[in-house]
Parts: sequence; structure tokens; C-alpha cells
Amino acid sequence: MTMKQLSVFVENKPGSLAGITEILSENQIDMCALSVADTERYGILRLIVNYPQKAESVLKEAGFKVSLTDVIAIAVSNHPGGLAKALRVLAKAEITVEYMYAFVSPKADTAYVILRVQDNKKAVGALEEGGIPIVRGEEVYGK
Amino acid sequence: MERYWNSIETAPAHEMKALQSLRLSQTVRHVYEHIPFYRKKFDEMNIKPEDIQSIDDISKLPFTYKQDLRDNYPYGLFAVPAEELVRIHASSGTTGKQTVVGYTANDIKIWGNCCGRALTAAGGDASDFVHVSYGYGLFTGGLGLHAGAEEIHATVIPVSSGNTKRQLQIFKDFGSTILCCTPSYALFLGESLREMGIDKSEIHLKAGVFGAEPWSDEMRQKIEDLLGIKAYDIYGLSEIMGPGVAFECSEQTGMHVNEDHFYPEIIDPDTGEVLPEGEVGELVFTCITKEALPLIRYRTRDIASLTREKCSCGRTLIKMKKPSGRTDDMLIIRGVNVFPSQVEAVLLELGDTAPHYMLIVDRVGNLDTLEIQVEMKEDMEFDAVRLIEETEAKIKSAVASTLGISAKVTLLPPKSITRSEGKAVRVIDKRKI
Repeated sequence: MTMKQLSVFVENKPGSLAGITEILSENQIDMCALSVADTERYGILRLIVNYPQKAESVLKEAGFKVSLTDVIAIAVSNHPGGLAKALRVLAKAEITVEYMYAFVSPKADTAYVILRVQDNKKAVGALEEGGIPIVRGEEVYGK
Repeated sequence: MERYWNSIETAPAHEMKALQSLRLSQTVRHVYEHIPFYRKKFDEMNIKPEDIQSIDDISKLPFTYKQDLRDNYPYGLFAVPAEELVRIHASSGTTGKQTVVGYTANDIKIWGNCCGRALTAAGGDASDFVHVSYGYGLFTGGLGLHAGAEEIHATVIPVSSGNTKRQLQIFKDFGSTILCCTPSYALFLGESLREMGIDKSEIHLKAGVFGAEPWSDEMRQKIEDLLGIKAYDIYGLSEIMGPGVAFECSEQTGMHVNEDHFYPEIIDPDTGEVLPEGEVGELVFTCITKEALPLIRYRTRDIASLTREKCSCGRTLIKMKKPSGRTDDMLIIRGVNVFPSQVEAVLLELGDTAPHYMLIVDRVGNLDTLEIQVEMKEDMEFDAVRLIEETEAKIKSAVASTLGISAKVTLLPPKSITRSEGKAVRVIDKRKI
């Protein structure tokens, strides 16, 4: 019950991000969510795209350090406390969230949250038990 | 008025040559009888100890390489039993194996004597307080200069390296008059002095004896200005003895080699042929008085030249130019010998990165810095900053424990280091020396 996130290592120089997004655009790859971790020296671009494998191969060909990371997508209610409920479930199971980012789904009242944890299996189990809906990739991409 | 510690320093050429010839023939007999490695080599080359009568016969003898020391690690090249050894020193070597050297009581005495000559040439005498900020331990710097200071009956302040604030306090409170350390540390101490607002007049330093790493005339000028001293160069390597193989006099146009103990030659590094006086080539030393580890024609890999031109200081000891480079890829970083292959060995052993790396050496605020840039493996997980930082920290700590040097480690994406055709360029040395 995980989905693929495209991770791209981005060197801190002008034009890096433009280059990546242009390549994706030329290959008809649609992004529906992104997050960037920035450090002094480099950034890590994390993307949810409609064709992750294809995106990986075109970026690799262009010389980028890319990989596909297994992440969990959950649906939470787009109201105060929606995310807190899901995170409390993970906390109770002693699961640390490495990073996460969220975006509002086209469906009203729902937000999607991408979670990166160390042990996906354990996290999925805990979330299911806690009644937090896990979303399949296709649903997120809106295919 | 120039002072000398030993009369041999001003001996006429013929007297020196007679002494060297006698000592070489004795040494050759000693190594033939006590070091199987040399006996085998001499036999293979059909050399009998009695063939070596004069110092001019030295070119008949085989070379000794650093690799020979490694192959005979740790004590294989020692000529004396444990009963006669009194001290061990060691320097870092490639792939983690150290180069181990040994001394008899007499070797230590000669070492002190040679360093005593260097301190005397720097104006030192029994009234001085010699502040030794070289590291004490397996590194030869600290104990070498320490012995030299005792030899001339000066008062030694054995501070060792580190704790800059305390060093400066000791300058002020203990009245240090001669400082011994690496030139980069001397510069750092000078800068710190200024930063802490201590005036030169509050300290009593008059001279410094600096070595164990390359330094420039500009650096000398800066050290002299900052500390209000005259700065002298000293040369040595643990395989031959340690600091004090050669030392600078007041003329400061090269270093006088203690050639009554260490016979120098300049050779063509490719052919091994001895080059005439004044030519630039690889510096080779033969220990002609050492008992424990008398190396024959040891290839230092340092590039220098020799001259017998008359020196205004009155010494007749042959002079060597400050080494201008190396015939191998050894780097000297903060006084520590570092071979790129050592870093490579650490990276390969950890196996967390690709085998493509680049070493960037620089000098920032007068201290040498080393940055290791290395490519990530294609399949390395990197989507969280923690994953990258953990790998960098792991490499940093492995380099520190294996090489004894602190480095900045930078992971780069695959294929970002330029591939070279032919010999890989592994080092960018930005230091202006």
C-alpha cells in the first residue's frame, strides 16, 4: 500500500530546478505534488508524478541523481485536527516521520498527505488499525 | 657572532670526506651483518662490504624505498635486538600501515645533537626557554626538538600541540624565547595573539624553528611580523631520524645538512643516476651513524638540490634547498602525511560511495584544510537530508581515525567528478606555498 515518489538530488546552482521541470514537461509528465528539502549545498526535490518510472529514466538519462522512494499517501479530513489524528496514530506506534508534505485533493474536504517513514509495513499497519484511509497511487495521480 | 654547537660544522671538506668514508664503510658492514634485507640485496648485486672504502663508492649501493619499510613492518629492517632499542616512533603510511622507526640510546643522543645544532643556529643557548608545540608521541617533532633543547642545556617547555589559549598564556607567563612547531601553527599562534590583543612586547619570543611541512617566504615574513621573531626552517623525516636532518642558519638561503650523520645525494628519480651539485632532483639520504635503523640511500621523494657554495655563517656543511615538491603524490596537511590512496582505501572499505573522489586542499586562516568530495553510489538512498549527512559523518570519522586528520566530506551526485583520461587527477591543492 505504498506509492512511488520521485527523488531528485539538486545541486545549488541557478537553473537546476528549471532544467528538471523542463525535462519532465517535454516528456508529458505531470506533477501533482512536490516538496524541496534545502541545505546550504544542495536540495532534494521530491515529486509525485503521474509516470514515476518514466520520469526516473528520463532524468537519469539527463545526468541527474534520481531514485524512486516508497512513500505512504493518506487521506485526511481538510478540517482542523485532521492531520493531528493521523500523526497521533503513528506516534502511538512509535513511528518517526522522516518528512511529509500535503496537498489538497480535487475532492472537497480531503487533503492528501505523503509520509516518508523508515518502516512502511509497520506504518501502514498502524494507520489501517487507526482507521486512517490509505490512498492508492492512481487515486493521487488522478488517472 | 655566529655560534656553532659542534666543530664538525665548520670542518674543512677533506676532513668531512674522510669521516664520511670511514662511517659509510662501517655502516655497510653493520647492515650487511645485521639486516638480512640488505645482505640479500648486496649479495644479489655482488657487493661485498669491503668494496665500499670511500664515500664516492656510495653510488654502487642499492636504494631503499618507503615500500621496503612497509614490507618489513614493523621491525624487519632494524639492525639491533630489542635489548639495544630504547625508543620507537612511527608515521602514518598508506592503507593504514604505519612506518615504524627505532632508536638506540646512541641514536637518540645523535638526534639531540643534530637538533641542538639547529637550535644553536637559531641563536639558542643555555639561557633560553624552548617552547615545543610540536606534537609529542609517535610523531618525531615533539621529542626531537625536546632532545635538542636539552642538548644545549636550554630549559624545555614541553607544551605539545593544541590549546592555543594556553600556549599564549605560557608565552607570557613562562617567558618562552624560542618556539618550535609547524609553520602553519606558528602563523595561527601569531594571529591568535593579535586577536586576543596581546602585544608582541608582552612576550619574549626571539626565534622560532619551524618544519614538518612546506612553507613559503611570504609565510616566513608573516610569522616573523606577527610574533616579532626570526623564523628558521628545519628539515627531517622519521625514516632518517626526525627533525634535524638539516637546519637553517642566519643566512637563510637553504638548510645545512648534518652530513656527518646523513649523507645526501641528489638523483634523477627516473634513472637513479646521481646528479651533479646544483642540479634539481630527488633527495636521497644514507644514515652513516645510525645503529637501530641505518637506511642506505633512502629515497625521500622530496625534490631539492644541494650546494657546497661558501655560506656566510661559516659552516661548511653542505646546503640543501627547501624541497620544492614531491616525486609521489604525498600531501602534507597540518604536518600530517596524507596519500590520496589512504583516503581511497578508507572509502573503499566503507563501501558507501562510488570509487570516484577528489581531494581539495586549501589553507584557510593559515590552517590547512582538506575536503573529500566523493560520488554517491547509483543506488544510494538520498531522499532525506539525514541519509546524506549520516554517510558524510561516517566517512569523516573513519578518515579521522585512520589518517589522524579532520576532513570535510562532501557527497556529490554520480558522474559529477570529471573523469580524466590516463592518470586520474585526485588532488586540487589550492595552497599558495
